[in-house]
Order: sequence, then structure tokens, then C-alpha cells
Amino acid sequence: MIRTTPFHARLTELNDQQLYTHWSGYLSALRFSHAPKHEYFAVRNAVGIFDSSPLFKYRITGPDAMDFLSGIVVRDLGALRPGRAAYTFWCDDRGFVMEDGVVFRHSDNELVMTAARPMLSWLESHRYGARVELEDVSDDYALLAVQGLRSRDALAGLVPEVTELPYFGLAESKLANVPVTVSRTGYTGDLGFELTVPSADALTVLDAVLEAGRPHGMRPFGEEALMTLRIEAGLPLTGVEWHDSRTAWTDHDRVTPKELGQGWMLKGVRDGSRRFIGSEAIRRELVDGTSRWATTGIVVDWAAWDRLHRDAGELPTKDEQALGWEQWLRDEDDEQVGYVTSFCYSPVLQRHIGLARVRPDLATPGTTLHMETTMHHSTHMVAVSTAALPLFNPARKTAKS
Amino acid sequence: MTTETPQAGHPSGRTGTSYDAIVVGGGHNGLTNAAYLAKSGLRVLVLEQRHLVGGAAITEELRPGFNFTTFSYALSLLRPEIVHELNLVEHGFMPLMMPGDFHPTGDGDYLLFGDDDDQNVEMIRRHSKHDADAYGRYNYDLDRVIQTVRPLFDSPPPDIFGTDPEDQADVAWMLKHLGSVDRKTIHDTVRMLTGSAADLLDDYFEYEPLKGYLASSASIGNRIGPMAGGSGLVLLYHKMGEHDGHLGSWSFHKGGNGGFTQVLARAAQSFGAEIELNAHVDHVLTRDGRAVGVVLADGTELTAPVVVSALDARRTFLELVDPRELPDDLVDNVRRTRYRGTSAKVNFALDGMPVFPGLEGAAPFGGFLNIGPTLEYLERAYDAAKYGWYSDKPFIDGALQSVIDPDMAPPGKHVLSCFVQHAPYQLKGGDWETEREPFADKAQAVLEEHFPGFGKLVLQREVVLPVDIEAKTGLSEGNIFAGEFLAPQMYFFRPAPGWSQYATPIEGYYQCGSGTHPGGCVIGSPGRFASQRILRDRRA
Repeated sequence: MIRTTPFHARLTELNDQQLYTHWSGYLSALRFSHAPKHEYFAVRNAVGIFDSSPLFKYRITGPDAMDFLSGIVVRDLGALRPGRAAYTFWCDDRGFVMEDGVVFRHSDNELVMTAARPMLSWLESHRYGARVELEDVSDDYALLAVQGLRSRDALAGLVPEVTELPYFGLAESKLANVPVTVSRTGYTGDLGFELTVPSADALTVLDAVLEAGRPHGMRPFGEEALMTLRIEAGLPLTGVEWHDSRTAWTDHDRVTPKELGQGWMLKGVRDGSRRFIGSEAIRRELVDGTSRWATTGIVVDWAAWDRLHRDAGELPTKDEQALGWEQWLRDEDDEQVGYVTSFCYSPVLQRHIGLARVRPDLATPGTTLHMETTMHHSTHMVAVSTAALPLFNPARKTAKS
Repeated sequence: MTTETPQAGHPSGRTGTSYDAIVVGGGHNGLTNAAYLAKSGLRVLVLEQRHLVGGAAITEELRPGFNFTTFSYALSLLRPEIVHELNLVEHGFMPLMMPGDFHPTGDGDYLLFGDDDDQNVEMIRRHSKHDADAYGRYNYDLDRVIQTVRPLFDSPPPDIFGTDPEDQADVAWMLKHLGSVDRKTIHDTVRMLTGSAADLLDDYFEYEPLKGYLASSASIGNRIGPMAGGSGLVLLYHKMGEHDGHLGSWSFHKGGNGGFTQVLARAAQSFGAEIELNAHVDHVLTRDGRAVGVVLADGTELTAPVVVSALDARRTFLELVDPRELPDDLVDNVRRTRYRGTSAKVNFALDGMPVFPGLEGAAPFGGFLNIGPTLEYLERAYDAAKYGWYSDKPFIDGALQSVIDPDMAPPGKHVLSCFVQHAPYQLKGGDWETEREPFADKAQAVLEEHFPGFGKLVLQREVVLPVDIEAKTGLSEGNIFAGEFLAPQMYFFRPAPGWSQYATPIEGYYQCGSGTHPGGCVIGSPGRFASQRILRDRRA
């Protein structure tokens, strides 16, 4: 049976479309108004809220909590002090990515980790006598993302901590007398915060946030707007950019952290100083240079795109809704050298953009490639350039204040 | 936000007295032209008479925290080529999508149009089942017309009077293009370019308020009513607007059109163009039939082999140069070009959102507010202008900009930027000094009628009449298009037959304002096409 999140009762009142998809067994709004683009602009230009409650949440407590998790996730948690959060992946023993999530360090011995898919038994199976308690707290907490240019202004009166919170910092606070965790995290590549709220008090918090946000142009946004935002932000999505290694049928659907463009997480892997599940396989990949792909942004040549459409008697489409399928990338010799995993028109960049995987030697920013697209039911090519991710990266995302 | 401070690192001002090109007028076309010339390596100076660039595309903070788009209030026809070629995104270009159009129908009901066609159709079906599918046909037919005229819109006009092979090739291209269009679309195109908006709409629709809504853009900027021949052309221009390729969808630039022209100025400066503010050009210096520079009002002489006027044709040909240096037919044509500004702006700082009865608290509107319920209402609003007076019940095209861009007003407050028609440049039997506030009161009364309690929300009101538009921007008779949109004043007749390709009879003297093709609105093409012409002539 499909469930609704703790915020649903109120958010559904604000949704004049009633278009939902399913996310981990919950209803999740595709959009709230006739055009998801307005929701997209709310984030880039004002403030938007997104209901992330369907994420799974695990509490990991005990004297070995940090050691335990350090041995599981790809990210080096050594520098993760209490009051900080970290985005990470975790891999299988062959060094292929399973899922991603955010680790919140609440105190010395208490961590909370979000995950897109259930992972309790997998965590338990790697306990090996560590002194930790593992608890699935997914139903106990609702998660509200408050994202965008005005997110800090909108929240400042409710949770004063936001004015001081560094990028990926977190704080315990009270909002409308409800204990909440506020973190400077999100999935939009913008200035933004997330509120972890006891499920029972979710509506109290939501109402206070909506009230505080009204003068700042706050509006809820759905999955369609989120898709455009996260592509601009260069953030990969499970099930799109990669497939959980545990359930992939072949290695074609699997990807390593390095191949996924997350090489920056791999400090201490090449020299063997850091060990986690899959680290040995990743070490060999790094040492032997066996990565099959590199992840890159792509930016479409606007003139080529316009020409393709106009020559065909069509108006050049500029649709910010992400395509639901992959497109091939070819080089000058018409050889397939990569594929585009996510593709959309970016309103803030005024270009068609994408996330792509290409042969590692072609990932240098500025490399010209050709993307397959269709026009009048046949294949055509448009020129694209590779570009460093994220494609949209405003200073406010990480700025101190 | 203030639009008066030039971006740090790009102080305005002039470093010399001799340039490769001098652009007279820092409106959006002057800036566009300067940016292109500078990008091509020319040393360019823009001279702007006011204390800020932007011309008729400015934003002014008239009250702390409240930003007024004094003149033009939205963006939709700006050519995408310009955005890309001038790297405007790097300089802060950000067109937000207007949420929709709210159109009270005059009987307590309303039409609300947004981005979802199915919902728009359902909105129409509520009032007329007949018009539901007619709406789709209407949009399709108009889009076909737009596709037909767009290549002409997006290239300099051919010189149909020219005799050299290049001109003949241009004419052949145009004829070939038109020859490739089906006969229905060609016929629709001619009907739009010459006919009335009312006739066109009557062919499709029965519901009067829907016609009123669709015809609202058929008179903006022109002294014309929707029942008069020629109003179809005005309608077509506004229908050509787009947001990210969606025809008929409008943008609002972050920070208003002043935000946009600041972006343009930064782009021009990044290519090396210099901008001097408070620099009033008295006249263009000519020697032996060619332009050699300009003289400022304070007597300063600045030299350049290329002088570009971004002003309208009247000023370009009759004021900046001595008309006696020009061919008589050109001077005659410029003299009889129709300006007749009739659009006023009444801009409001509001203490809260206006309330529409029955929609209290729901406020589904928040982009354009359109008050001109029926064709007849619009036509009657125009009638007064024919006889030299302003409308008793003016038609209002307003934009609640603070809903789209919260930086336009303090939290919880709003700015409403309204085009109000008609307010003829010259009153017959009265003067604007006396009639300024009574006219604005009429506009406010119309808003009060549809949004009861509106007056109590008003914190400040700015009245901008055609005489003010002329005084501040230099646009003759306050015509927002730098010359009315009338068939004999368009395309290869704009601004005058034989002089539609951005050059003038004076060598080295060029025109790049909205008085040239493709005309007014924030398009940028006049500036861009003129730069192409200048660069081509330099190479020759």
C-alpha cells in the first residue's frame, strides 16, 4: 500500500496538480503547479521546499560508530567532527558503487546516515563485533529541504543557527518548539538547508516554515524541478547515473566511484592507508588505470542545436525537463566514445546541458564531441563540449554568509 | 538593488578622446552594438546622457527596497544569439518565467492563463465550449505566421531598391523563403500584418472576454485600437515573445530590465568598451560628407571614424546631424514617421497583494494582470486618444514583479508596474501638468474596481507619461517603439525606404536604435545587425 509522508497532509493542499510518483513506497509530488519551471526558479531566485522524507535513515551509535562506518563508506570520515555532515557513496567488495547518502555526525558516538535504499541488513552483516547499535529510524523522522537563494533569509527567524552554519555543517535546534536538526545540505547545488524533524511534529514545523517563507517567495517544488536543479549541480542520481551494484545484471550497469566522477573522495586509497569495503579493488583501479569511463559535464553548441531545428522547420526546443533516456556521444571518426546519462535545458545557463560518461582520455574540459539526437524520426548529431562539473556553481552555495 | 552603481572593476568613464567607434545612447541597443564592436577589437565609447545606462530599460529604487521598472517592464523578444555571443550568462543574465496572465472578465469572473495548455483550455471551456478548441487552432495558426516572419525578423531587411548583386541576392532569398510557405499561412500573415486584431479574433472566438484578453497586446505602444486595421501587426509582435523557446511565454529579468541592461553594460565593458555617463551629445561632427566624431554639450570634441546613433530616426537624422546634408526624400520620410506616444506607465509600491473577490487568500495570479475585459472596452479606451484625450476607463497591462523576483520589493511588499492606455502625447484642450494626477487616478480607479481595497495598499505611485518618456529617454513623443508599428514603418521601410540597413547617407554614420528593423521592444537585433554592417564596411 502506498504511504504518505508526514508533510503530505499540508503539501497536498498546496498542490493544484495532484500528480505524484512513487518514491520508496511513498507518494512524491512531481510538481505543485502548472509549470515545474516556476518551482525551479523558486530555488534559483527565491526559496523552495522539497519533501525528502522517503529517504531511509539509520542511526548508528556506540563507541565504535565512527570506526565502523569508516570501514564501510567511501568517504574519509576521519575529519568528520561532531556537528558536520558528509556526502558519500558505499561500494561492494569489487569497488562498484551501491548507493549514496549523507552521514551526519551528531556527537562523538552518534551518527545518522541517509540512504536511497534500505541497507540495514547490509550494515549488520559488516558489523564484525563492532560496539555499535544499528537502528532504522526512517519512520521516526521527516526530512524537509529548504533550498535556494533566500533559504537562509527565510529560516533565520526560526532557526538562528542557519546564519552561522558552514557548508555541510549541522546543528541541533528548536523550531516552533520542536527539536530539529538543521543541516546545510541539499540536492540542488545551491545555498540550502535540510530540517530533520520528528515525524509526529512535522506539520508544526512545516507550517512555521511556510509562514516564514511567504514573504520570500517560498514555494514547494517537486521531483521534476529537482531533476533540472541536480543536473545543473552535477549531482548524480541512483538509478539514472548508476545502478546499485548488488542488483545490476552486468558490469555495464555498474560504475566505480572514480568512473562516477567522485575521485575526490578517494584520498588515501591509492597508498592503501585507508580501508573500506571495496577499497582494495578501487586501489587496483587507480594504480593500474583501469577505469573504463570518466564522468563529465557536457554543454551543447547552441548554434548547432538551433540550426538542426530551424533547418528541419521546427522551433528549437528548450525544455528544462530532463530526458528519460540515454544518448550516445561520438568522436570525429563517428566512433562511440561515451553516453549522456542525464540531459536537459538549463534556464540559468541558457544552454542544453548533460551529465555524461566518456572515455577517460576525452574528459578534458573543452573537448568537442558529437551527441546523437533525433529529428524527424532519424538520427542527427549536434556538437557538444565537455565541461567541468558542476556546471552551475554559485558562490553562495558554500559561502560563509 | 541599485542600478546606478557601475559594477566594481568596470568604472564608467572615458580614457581618451579618440576611438574607433562612438555609440550615441546607452540604451539596450546602444550597449548591444558597443559590445559587439568591442568584441571585434574596436575601441568603443558609449555616450549616455543620463546618470545610468539602459535608456527605456532601467530599474530605479524610488523608495527604499522598492524597485520600479520605470518604462519597459518585461523581456521576451531578446534574441538568444545575443545572450550567447556576448556571454551574458557570465555577467548575470537571468530571465525568470512570468507565472501567467490574470484577466478579470468584467463580470466578477476571470481568465487565468499559465504554462499548461490543457489547463488553459479548461479555463476557456469554463466560459465557452466553442472557444476551447478554437484556442488551439488560433495558437497554431499564429505560430505558423511567426515561423514565417521570424527569418525576416531575424535578419537585416533586404534593400529592395538596391541594384547590386548582393541586394538582389537578398531579395531573392526573401522571395524564396516566402515562396516556401503554404498559401493559408501567407494569407494569415498578410491578414495579421495589415488587418485588425478584432477581425482576426472574431474568426475564431465567441467569448468576448477571451477576445479582450488576446487583443490586449494589439494596442500596446501604438495609438491604435483593436478594431483598427494594423492592430494585428502589434499583436503579432507581442505574440512572438518567448521564454526559453516557448512562444507567447514572457520573461522577467532578475532585477527588472534595468538588471538586464546592467548585465549588457558589464558584458560590453568586459570586451573593453568604455561607457561615459552624463554625457550629452550635441551633434555629430562631419567633414567632407563623412562622420569624424561628436561634440558634447559642454563643447568637448571626441573623434572616431565610426559614429553610431542608438536614438530614434527623428533625432538621428534631424537633430544629431544637419538635415541639409541629407537627401530630401529621407528627410521627408523621417519627418512623417508616426510616433504619437500613447502609452503611460503608472507604477505602484504596494503594502500587500491585491485581492480579487472570490479568490481571497488564494492569489493564483502573480505575473501579468490584464484589465481590458472585452474588445469593446479596449476600443473605447482608445477612442478618447483619437480626439486628443486620455481614456476615462483605461486599459491596463500590469506586472506584479515582486511575485516573480522577491528582490523587487521588501519581504511581503509588492511592486506593480502598469502600462496604461491611452494617454496621448499631446492633449487637446488641456495640459498634462494639470491632468497628470487625474489621469493616474482613473487608472487607479480601474484597479480599485477589479481589486477592491487596492487604493489602501498603495504606498507610492509613479506616473510616467509619454512626455516624461520623451524627456527622460529621448524617445520622440514618448513612443516606446521609437516609431509606431505600422506596416509602412516596418522592415525595409524602417526607418525610411532605402535606409533600412543601418547605414546613413553620411559615410561612417550608422543607426542602431529601435527605429530600425526589427524595431521596438527589448530585442537587441538593431544593435547587433548594425554592428555586423559596420564591421562589414570596415573590411570593405
